[in-house]
Amino acid sequence: MMKYLKYVGLIFTLCFSVLTHAEGILNIEITQAKDAALPVAIVPFKLDGGAPPAQDIAAVVSADLSRSGEFRVMPTHMMRQLPSTPAQMEIPYWRVLGMQAVLVGSVKAQGNGSYQVQVALVDTTQGQGQRAIPGANTDTAAIAPGPNVLLSKEFLVNNRNMRALAHHISDLVYEALTGYRGAFSTQLAYVTVQFANPKKPPSRYVLEIADSDGYNPRPLLTSKEPIMSPSWSPNGKQLAYVSFERNRAGIYVSDIETGNRRLLTSYPGINGAPAWSPDGRKLAVVLSYGKVPKVYLLDIASGKLQQVTFGSSIDTEPSWMPDGKSLIFTSNRGGQPQVYQVDLAGNSVKRLTFQGNYNARASVTPDGTKMVMIHRGQGDFNIATLDLSTNQVSVLTGTSLDESPSLAPNGRMVIYATVDGGRRVLAGVSIDGRVGLLLPAASGEVQEPAWSPFLS
Amino acid sequence: MFKKTLLTALLVSAPLLMVGCVSTGDKGAADSVGSNADAYGSGVDNVKSEFGEATLDERTFYFDFDRSEIKPEYMGAIEANGKNLANHPQKRVRVEGHTDERGSREYNIALGERRAHAVARVLMLEGAKHDQISIVSYGAERPAVQGHNEAAWADNRRAIIEYEAGGQ
Repeated sequence: MMKYLKYVGLIFTLCFSVLTHAEGILNIEITQAKDAALPVAIVPFKLDGGAPPAQDIAAVVSADLSRSGEFRVMPTHMMRQLPSTPAQMEIPYWRVLGMQAVLVGSVKAQGNGSYQVQVALVDTTQGQGQRAIPGANTDTAAIAPGPNVLLSKEFLVNNRNMRALAHHISDLVYEALTGYRGAFSTQLAYVTVQFANPKKPPSRYVLEIADSDGYNPRPLLTSKEPIMSPSWSPNGKQLAYVSFERNRAGIYVSDIETGNRRLLTSYPGINGAPAWSPDGRKLAVVLSYGKVPKVYLLDIASGKLQQVTFGSSIDTEPSWMPDGKSLIFTSNRGGQPQVYQVDLAGNSVKRLTFQGNYNARASVTPDGTKMVMIHRGQGDFNIATLDLSTNQVSVLTGTSLDESPSLAPNGRMVIYATVDGGRRVLAGVSIDGRVGLLLPAASGEVQEPAWSPFLS
Repeated sequence: MFKKTLLTALLVSAPLLMVGCVSTGDKGAADSVGSNADAYGSGVDNVKSEFGEATLDERTFYFDFDRSEIKPEYMGAIEANGKNLANHPQKRVRVEGHTDERGSREYNIALGERRAHAVARVLMLEGAKHDQISIVSYGAERPAVQGHNEAAWADNRRAIIEYEAGGQ
């Protein structure tokens, strides 16, 4: 109950229509917002000549920053001034509106479909001051004096890459204002499931990849049989997953750019839960050989298998610790699913979760401090974190039937699947549980999101 | 009644008694499992179905949440199918295990495999040979019906016996 009360105060009626673009399958709706979100303004970029670019950069950046939950972005229609350079800014105007930072920019067509894009991020809390903030990027000397410029950049970009540039700008702004690397230029893999008849099993499964904001979805594999458990290689170039296309489970790896794929394992029984090692050389996998599912390491080059968990219990869902020296996994060896850790040097096992009667599908933040997992306390399946130093469990979500949590590569956000309005949809929640959002798809059910690593 | 209880006790007390998926002809696993099953099977040869032969067509069996024990009302139908396999060694079945959507997907794959194994064990207790049976778990990935409520979950927590080409 407390969980829900907490969210009531945070409900923020911010509803984006930024994804009405034909290519976007996901519409993002922010359901909880941080009361302490940083107020910022993203001023529409000035068109300095030529035809407007394919994407409205400021709109994409605004949506990115809003979705992160770290920012409260000022609606464009409330702006009475539309500066495009720091020199044009009247700082007191933005300050009186409570803005902490303002992004301005301009776009100029160069012919041949390319554009020159200039952006600057101005700290509006620091007055008109002449001093530069330590570490601020002021590589355009002409605007270094005057307003406190945190970031100033110029890009030459082809029109077709305009959206990617916008995400890159979001990354720069996010890092300048939060200190964390932005994860907007990343991708999501997920599985969509279509039912031709709701009284029959699904008719189609599609493994899709989309930009982190749901745009530009493209199928990697379509099948009449289930596809599950997508896992990104550390370099972001390959995806491992489970496919039942031969009427039984097999672990496959696809090259994302070419679509080329190969079957890695197809043993009797379960072939599941692939998880790439941090060095990219091994996959932790689950095989049952028709008996009991156990965790193995598969050396990708040689195909050699090494068993790492033993006994008669169900062991599954291996996930690597950031140092690559141990795995965490789900096991029912204590009677209910709980999360355990196995040391790869000696195969010694210790239990990590003690609170709740169901903890599963865990993964650890890049800094190794927290574990994200499916957690059932009183009844609902929610996404929770376990602080690995204090053992404190924090339930992050107020949704139900939550599953498949996947961390952003900067560890600041978790994407997961939940049920909303009678359909399975993707949702996101910040690692502190204070910001939630839904990403409902246009049709069908969407499940098993997997957030890519940093791609550049 | 005693025999039914005995059978149930054997099923519950033998979690390691499992059947190999034979469709790829993997060696060790399937063989050792088969011999285990034979040892148990000899003790319960004369268990009779209380539900007669008409239950051969009943091939979908439902489970309680997070459980893999077979409910008594399905025992007769599974036994009838096991006898059918024993009497027709050329026939092959595939036993599918399924779960509802709650919880984690890969854990549900493991749970679905347990359900399929439970059904396969009864088939083998009735004389079916392990090479007549293949097993696949779909976990929550292939629900019988679409839906996110109790009614849909109950329909989706199931194991199915599917006869391969050639029919029953």
